[in-house]
Amino acid sequence: MSPAIDLSAFIHRDTKTGLNRLDLAIEGIDCAACIGDIERGIGRMKGVIEARLNYTNRRLGVAWQGEDVAPDAIVARLRQLGYRAHPFEASRQEQIETAEMRFLIRCLAISGFAAMNIMLFSVSVWSGNVTDITSDTRDMFHWLSALIALPAAAYAGQPFFRNAWRAIRNRNMTMDVPISLGILLALGMSLYETLHSAEHAYFDSAVMLLFFLLLGRVLDQVMRKKTRSVADNLMALKGETAVLLDTSGEARQVPVRAVKIGDLVLVRPGERIAVDGRVEAGQSAVDASLVTGETMQDQIGPGVQVYAGTLNIGGTLHVRVTAAHEGTLLDEVNRLVAQAADARSRYLRLADRAARIYSPVVHLAALATCIGWILIGASLHDAIITAIAVLIITCPCALALAVPATQVVASGALFKAGLLLQAPDGIERAAQCDTVVFDKTGTLTLPEPRIANRDAVNPVLLEEAARLALSSRHPLAMALSAEAHRRAPFEDAEEVTGEGIRAVVDGVEYRLGSASFCEAETMAAAALGTQRDASLIAFRRGDECAVFLLKQALRPDAAETVARLRAKNYALAILSGDNEAAVAQVARALGIAEWKSGLKPADKIAALATLKRDGRRVLMVGDGLNDAPALAAAHASLSPVSAAHVAHASADALFIGEGLAPVDAMLGLSRKAVRVMKDNLWIAVVYNLIAVPLAVFGHVTPLIAAAAMSGSSIIVTLSALRASQPMRAALPSHPVATRAPRSEARLAS
Amino acid sequence: MTILVYLIPVALSLGLLALGAFLWSLRSGQYDDLDGAGARILDDHDLPDRRPD
Repeated sequence: MSPAIDLSAFIHRDTKTGLNRLDLAIEGIDCAACIGDIERGIGRMKGVIEARLNYTNRRLGVAWQGEDVAPDAIVARLRQLGYRAHPFEASRQEQIETAEMRFLIRCLAISGFAAMNIMLFSVSVWSGNVTDITSDTRDMFHWLSALIALPAAAYAGQPFFRNAWRAIRNRNMTMDVPISLGILLALGMSLYETLHSAEHAYFDSAVMLLFFLLLGRVLDQVMRKKTRSVADNLMALKGETAVLLDTSGEARQVPVRAVKIGDLVLVRPGERIAVDGRVEAGQSAVDASLVTGETMQDQIGPGVQVYAGTLNIGGTLHVRVTAAHEGTLLDEVNRLVAQAADARSRYLRLADRAARIYSPVVHLAALATCIGWILIGASLHDAIITAIAVLIITCPCALALAVPATQVVASGALFKAGLLLQAPDGIERAAQCDTVVFDKTGTLTLPEPRIANRDAVNPVLLEEAARLALSSRHPLAMALSAEAHRRAPFEDAEEVTGEGIRAVVDGVEYRLGSASFCEAETMAAAALGTQRDASLIAFRRGDECAVFLLKQALRPDAAETVARLRAKNYALAILSGDNEAAVAQVARALGIAEWKSGLKPADKIAALATLKRDGRRVLMVGDGLNDAPALAAAHASLSPVSAAHVAHASADALFIGEGLAPVDAMLGLSRKAVRVMKDNLWIAVVYNLIAVPLAVFGHVTPLIAAAAMSGSSIIVTLSALRASQPMRAALPSHPVATRAPRSEARLAS
Repeated sequence: MTILVYLIPVALSLGLLALGAFLWSLRSGQYDDLDGAGARILDDHDLPDRRPD
């Protein structure tokens, strides 16, 4: 068993009540019965006051009094119950998004309340106007509407007013500018008309507009938050820990996020280095494939810079944690990422492009209406009222919903296909791509080795070995543990340093590890004779014995997905940091003619720049630290969830599961989504072509304005629902979710 | 039309009551775990006397 993890960095102490709180991300929840199992299991532990599971985002909050409960005992208890748990700290981004969502929902509630109650008065006025309402009653109703509308709009309009103000200050044009202008003018004019006991006021239109637009934003935020919480859980469930050496030389295992710059970290053989740093002591061989894409091992010693994600194979290392230093690979990657990201941030979104055309046209139309009415002899008051009516009726309700509504539906569809969208404009950029560039290691191939001789071993032994492997942190054992159907590890498993792991189950000794440790040398030699590039792990249960071969494998549907992309006329290429022979083999297996090997991060960017010069728009798919600049530089980018941290941050979307099919789904769904967005913008244009002449000639009453606005918003929203189906040609022939590993599929379900 | 003197305040205060109730439920975190709330109602083990030590 690995030593207990020191979780003290994640415990929140409430000084007032004396309660300690710990949040954990839980893996393995697959039905509602798990709620009771977990809450009762933890709640019965002595000292625990509250255990509450959030079934939606799979997180458990535990509270206890004083020092009664050891936090690692909670994690151990969860393991016994069959769940893997990792301390969870909501990322700053997620906290901001949660706060933003609560604010948006409050705005939505207030504008909804105001819209309903103002409509109560408006309907009375409209029906009164055609029957026998007195002007005193009408004025009273208008004043009551103003009393509700003004404070409600002042509060609920904040999201739009703020953005509009920011855009104006930066001399930008976004959709929020005409929205804010329309709302303010509608309210101002209605107030003026009420003061003068006029027949028409537009309080209901202004507030209803706010309500519809807020509804769009809330849905967008809900989708974004859902995606973010799944991504954050997956991060936490990677369960990255580091062994920290304090000044007295004592070692304790802590979650990676608790490690600070300047700390000394111990890395044992078989562990992944969890931090960026410089080796202080020790000699070892390392596999840096997640960093450089190379599958060859490097020899390293004191003074060498190492990067998070590197696998330590040989000996024990002491690593001093450092920030990026000048001249290191990480520094160069960060610099290239910043440069590339800067170029991409200049991409202009479809909605903003529409706003740039729309605003001047509408504002000029309003001005022309005003001047036109004055020229034919109307009073200044009537001319201005008519001009404002033009602005109110064109207030871009449908136009402002056209893109966000589609975005919500599309990112929901992507989520179902196993894709977590990170950059909101990623859909629009991915839709324009005509070339797909893959990294090899960890992208076309699986990040972990897979069992290669499944057919040759007894399935019962495989299951038992995999369950024993759950207790080990050795990379080969962890790869093997993916085969376990029951996720509960054996109790009292102990690690034998450098050899393997053993446990006694029902009086029978189980061993998993090197061939000599399991006394299976002859069997191992026989198995290895057939497959040279594989790693071997042996298992013994009493007298029975088995050896498992593990090796790098292509993702199961790689060939199929590549063929499907080619059939859709995407140009395909491989850019890899690995050696020529390894890349050539994969390229041949997949039939990709265009490939380059041995590339450094800057070389990958240069290769992408060449493609760009040829007029191609590239979707980059990669996972390594060395891919991060290319991911940021490409027109759009995708990373598997297993990717290095920097790559994660640079990708537009992450895909989960073992398959490569999400790449195809991303391209198909985003093309479809952009087509729907454009359709929606045209619907909005047609609506305006009908509504504007009515307004210009002064036929718009508040009743017509209310009907037109809600009608167009509903049409656009219904049309957006089409974006959930990919274009027929892009429809995957099988659901992607069935290919995701159990844990990830559960998280995404 | 004197009926309006009662009806309008009644209508508005009912609306405000609903708004207040919604904002309270939002603040007390009742929308944080929508899937869980649906599943918990079927759980019979939440009675305190059935909880052994």
